[in-house]
Amino acid sequence: MSKALLEIKNLCVDYVSPNGIARAVNNVSLEIAPGETLGIAGESGCGKSTLAFAIARLHKSPALISEGKVLYEGRDVLTMSEKELRAFRWNDVSVVFQSAMNSLNPVITIGEQLTDVIVAHKRITYKEATLKAVELLAIVGLHGDRLGSFPHQLSGGMRQRVVIAIALALEPKLIIMDEPTTALDVVVEREILNELYDLKEKFGFSILFISHDLSLMGEIADRIGVMYAGNLIEIGDAKTVFSNPSHPYTKGLIASFPTIHGPKVRLYGIPGDPVNLLRLPKGCNFSTRCTECVDICKTDEPALIDLHLDYQAACHQIVRNK
Amino acid sequence: MSNLTNTEVSDGTDNHSEFKQKLKNGFNKFIAFFQGNPPGIIGGILITMILLGALFAPVLSSHDPEKRVARPHVAPNAEHVLGTTRSGRDVYSQVLQGARKTLSVALFAGIIATTIAVAVGVTSGYFGGKIDEWMNFITNVFLVFPQLPLLIVLAAFLGQVGSMVITILLGVTSWPWGARVIRSQTMAIRSKEFIIAAEVMGESKVRIILVEILPNLISIVFGGFLGTVIYAMGAEAGLGILGLGDATEVSWGSMLYWAQTSSSLYTGAWWEMIVPATALALTGGALALLNMSIDQVSNPKLKTGPHMKLWKKLKHDADKRRGLV
Repeated sequence: MSKALLEIKNLCVDYVSPNGIARAVNNVSLEIAPGETLGIAGESGCGKSTLAFAIARLHKSPALISEGKVLYEGRDVLTMSEKELRAFRWNDVSVVFQSAMNSLNPVITIGEQLTDVIVAHKRITYKEATLKAVELLAIVGLHGDRLGSFPHQLSGGMRQRVVIAIALALEPKLIIMDEPTTALDVVVEREILNELYDLKEKFGFSILFISHDLSLMGEIADRIGVMYAGNLIEIGDAKTVFSNPSHPYTKGLIASFPTIHGPKVRLYGIPGDPVNLLRLPKGCNFSTRCTECVDICKTDEPALIDLHLDYQAACHQIVRNK
Repeated sequence: MSNLTNTEVSDGTDNHSEFKQKLKNGFNKFIAFFQGNPPGIIGGILITMILLGALFAPVLSSHDPEKRVARPHVAPNAEHVLGTTRSGRDVYSQVLQGARKTLSVALFAGIIATTIAVAVGVTSGYFGGKIDEWMNFITNVFLVFPQLPLLIVLAAFLGQVGSMVITILLGVTSWPWGARVIRSQTMAIRSKEFIIAAEVMGESKVRIILVEILPNLISIVFGGFLGTVIYAMGAEAGLGILGLGDATEVSWGSMLYWAQTSSSLYTGAWWEMIVPATALALTGGALALLNMSIDQVSNPKLKTGPHMKLWKKLKHDADKRRGLV
């Protein structure tokens, strides 16, 4: 793999709550290469969004990035000063938030919101910024006339496009997308993702795509990482994760949604509920729900093991089968 | 038979322990409010002491506050802990007695004003349309009503106004600000999905207002209430100092009035002036502190507590490891 754009090393994020410390991201290490799309999948509360927030250092108390490094082109984001951080955000990394439609201010026109970000980061006149904003809207498939519109005058899909346009405004090298299409119907979702794909080809940025929708991810992502209870349990190229997963949890996830083609089969989800982060079991976090659990799973925590090139999974079973 | 009694007994203990648990939870919540909340602690202690003092004034006071009990302007001593006034009355007993009058005026004015503010604000915010238009008009009229001049004019007409009149006047004139804030908040909440959901579910308007909207406004209402109380206390004292209140009643305002007319500061009898002034300042301060701490209850995101201290410590450690500190 070429030199990584973003490198996360042993990242730990804790939430300090009155009932104890919950580790939402536990010892996660991963890399994103330039121009690559990395998908992070997992069920609600597994730490996906927390991980995304940590990369742009957006966390507020009581969240705490306790350990690890986030290296962007070799610079540690976690040690940046306020000023460096301000320049880093949006110039280098932009974020499309979950329910992105709500991240638009309802009382300001979208034109102003678009130009705001450009003017804030670049030495540019307001007029030039407006021209740039029109261009950006055209990129995401909206007409420039829409600049004077307020968010409530646009449909959900259009608002989503505007948010993506804002994310693209400074041509960052990495865009973090935190479930960007959860609130949209499949048709709009498809349109937007197609556009995103084209834009990626055109501008060559990397995407960290966070979603619980594995089938969507199988299409858009080059590599997929699967998280469970704060741990990265499997990471590798999208095809293999999708068609031949190694970790029992990933197998469960894949088996949880139906295929459109082929005969009807009874779906089996993953039994049990996600673990309570305040009361993690000893050994493997997934052991209480795992169908292939053996004795060692209840005592030792499995580490990520290289299965083949650029493919890792954390499960004791894999070692035994090898 | 024995089985039956057994179950009865166990039921009894269950209920009992359940009640105990509830009591314990309530107590824990009460403690949690004050934990890591210095303004709350200080304000709470101060206001409790002041209220207890006012409540037990007849027991605690050493002399009759309205009788001449010593020579004029006796400096604080063992007999008269805070000295005596020009007319030979015991300042300590007077300040306790005055607290009753001043605080009751302030509290009742606050209650009247808050009640009107909530009623007007929620109604006009929730119903909107014509009702809102009219209510807003009335609110604006009251808003530009000059309060103190009105009181002064009234006092001048009536000679001197008693605390009752002052209470009602303050209550009836100081609600518009609160009403406007509550109105706008109600309008914001009104368009939220859970209100629309409640309407679709067929809840009555009264229930929507009382159960769905009002609990969301508690912090604003309570903050406004405390603000009005502080304001009313100041206004009462101000009128008293100007001699427009009833100078024959013992209140902190009338105490200040007599201290001023007897030019106690010039004659070196500082205690006559300082004591009621300090009482006013302390009470106002305590209420303001309580007001500050209410924010934390109303906004769960602002909530501090012992775990936030832990967070700060851990954050400091983490920053240190990264070489930021």
